Amino acid sequence: MSEKKIIPVGPYHPLQEEPELFKLYCEGEIVRDIKWETGYNHRGIEKLSEQKTFDQVFFLVERICGICSTSHPFAFANAMEEIAEIEVPDRAKYIRTIIAELERLHSHLLWVGLAGHFLGYNTVFMWAWKYREPVLDLFEMITGNRNSYAMFKIGGVRRDITSAQIKEIEKVMQTVKRKTGLLAGAVMDDPVIHARTRGVGVLTKQDIVDYAAVGPTARASGVDIDIRRDDPYAAYGLVNWKVITAEAGDVFAKAEVRLLEMYESISIIEQCLEKMKKENEGNTEVRVREIPEGVGSGRAEAPRGEVFHFVVTDGSNSPVRHKIRAPSYVNIATFKKACVGQTIADATISLAAVDPCYCCTERMAVAYDFKSREKIHNGYDLLRISQEKTEKIRIIKQ
Amino acid sequence: MALHLFYFFVFPGLLFAAVAGGFLSWFDRKITAWVQFRRGPVLLQPFYDVMKLLLVKETIVPASGSVATFLSAPVLGMSGAAISAVLVILPAFGITSGFRGDIIVIFYLLTIPSLSYIIGALASSNPLAAVGASREIKLLIGFELTLLLIFAAVILKSQMSISLYSIIAFQQESGALIGSIPGVLLFIALVFCIQAKLGLVPFDIAEAETELSEGAFIEFSGPPYAMIKVTKYMMLLVMPVLAGALLLGGLSFSGLSALWSVLKILGVVLLLTLIRNTNPRVKVGQAMRFFFLWMNALVIVAIVLIYFGL
Repeated sequence: MSEKKIIPVGPYHPLQEEPELFKLYCEGEIVRDIKWETGYNHRGIEKLSEQKTFDQVFFLVERICGICSTSHPFAFANAMEEIAEIEVPDRAKYIRTIIAELERLHSHLLWVGLAGHFLGYNTVFMWAWKYREPVLDLFEMITGNRNSYAMFKIGGVRRDITSAQIKEIEKVMQTVKRKTGLLAGAVMDDPVIHARTRGVGVLTKQDIVDYAAVGPTARASGVDIDIRRDDPYAAYGLVNWKVITAEAGDVFAKAEVRLLEMYESISIIEQCLEKMKKENEGNTEVRVREIPEGVGSGRAEAPRGEVFHFVVTDGSNSPVRHKIRAPSYVNIATFKKACVGQTIADATISLAAVDPCYCCTERMAVAYDFKSREKIHNGYDLLRISQEKTEKIRIIKQ
Repeated sequence: MALHLFYFFVFPGLLFAAVAGGFLSWFDRKITAWVQFRRGPVLLQPFYDVMKLLLVKETIVPASGSVATFLSAPVLGMSGAAISAVLVILPAFGITSGFRGDIIVIFYLLTIPSLSYIIGALASSNPLAAVGASREIKLLIGFELTLLLIFAAVILKSQMSISLYSIIAFQQESGALIGSIPGVLLFIALVFCIQAKLGLVPFDIAEAETELSEGAFIEFSGPPYAMIKVTKYMMLLVMPVLAGALLLGGLSFSGLSALWSVLKILGVVLLLTLIRNTNPRVKVGQAMRFFFLWMNALVIVAIVLIYFGL
């Protein structure tokens, strides 16, 4: 059979809830080529950011991604503090680290559950999400929100963690550690899971370097990179922890790296809590009056890899230029290596293995005419059409 | 004639098998929910599902593809399931009817629902359904041989009796087949065959929600999809009853043994449910290797043991 058939995964597909389209060019069940389209939901965050004040930008970048909603404010805060040359109080550093690591915990648990679901193993799905729930409850206790915590500001954090809350966090960490062990045991020792994930979607070290992949995707292929260690920010330089790597580069290795990283996260949180007990309560920020003219870059290790923010300021109260690079944008490019030559069953789990987050990958959308394949609208046209429609509605209302 | 129509449409065919299978489906879903820390559906949920599809949802037919074949496939599947329900359940409960079908006929009739899924999927001209259909064909090739070997072993064990009645009669005289070592081996193989036949995880390869978005059934909607659902309910009753009749000593309706019979069926369904909740989906190649190599070897060992009189 030489004719290649297109198997679409998306834009609406049970594999990924977010809008994206993967075209698998298949011969029988073997994937011979893959093309993908993202950008169904482009929101123009970078442009919006230039119209907001620095305080508002935190809430904006928090909404880039719902799962890793702290990594973007974290990177933005790092960038702004580089421009203003602010040294954040230690207590604020610990709180920032705790929030970021709690987020990694819940994000990795979420992925383990979803990976189970993608393999048809719904029990793992339900169990992982049940064990994720206490972590979200902690977030609600500390910040008032289960997601989009609004904890970060230039010079510190918005809310303190009280000593009563520290006790509660320590208690929950013990439970989560036990439950994670249970889950890891069930996943890592299951022979059928081994059969489904070992040797599937392999990315070599060279592939990672070629495609500049980051985060657990890179670490599972033996590329030892982690912004938390390579460019320490917040309290990561003040606690003991290690970067988890694996060599195999397959789906199983990616699961292994994520599961073991969860233990490291718990350890980091416990150490931070221990050190926080020695600090004065309430010392969580330095007052910032002015942001000088300057250029700053901030990095943070999100659950999916490195988040990079680049900010240019001119002494006013909003960024002149704000560039964001999210990890999934580079990670999904590795699909070309991971999926081609596999069966559809292997390709779908390989697609899920980098934990892609499509809201991180949204870029400019261009609409084509279905029949003539001519370009009919670019982003500016769509914006103009949208504004015209708003004007029309206004006129009707008057 | 009227009696045969009654058998086919009311008991134990279409109506009875669909209702009983619906309750078994509820049982399966409730156990699944408990395993997954959920509350699970209400007792009548399987019937609400079917009623919604029958009465509320519209039938959408693919623009390309053969409409007549597409729409008649679910009817074919449902009739196949109903007639196999008659031929399996009547002897299993010891009711004598005019037709004494042997288990070779039952074997062929049981294949009809799977075939109807394949026909419907291929008629819909959807690429995902085509992949689903090709997977179903491969799976069918994989487990049908094992199923046939199990039937052969049962025939051999019950002194060459080829009808379900005489197999049950043999077991009532000399104890259920599962009481012997080859019987246990056959039961293990049969449970996996049922799992594949019903398309449950780890063998839900043809549907594979997160790969093919329901694969073979992707284009079905409304009443035709309701028929497929009813077919699945019926198969969920027929296969455990068949297991009960072949290896667990048959079922009965009289007195306390009625309770015992229900427990046998529920036990088999519970086993299926637990297997499907503790395994991920396998790939079609792995499933074929599993049946060709391991399950066939298991059954052949059982046959050899039976031959030497164990």
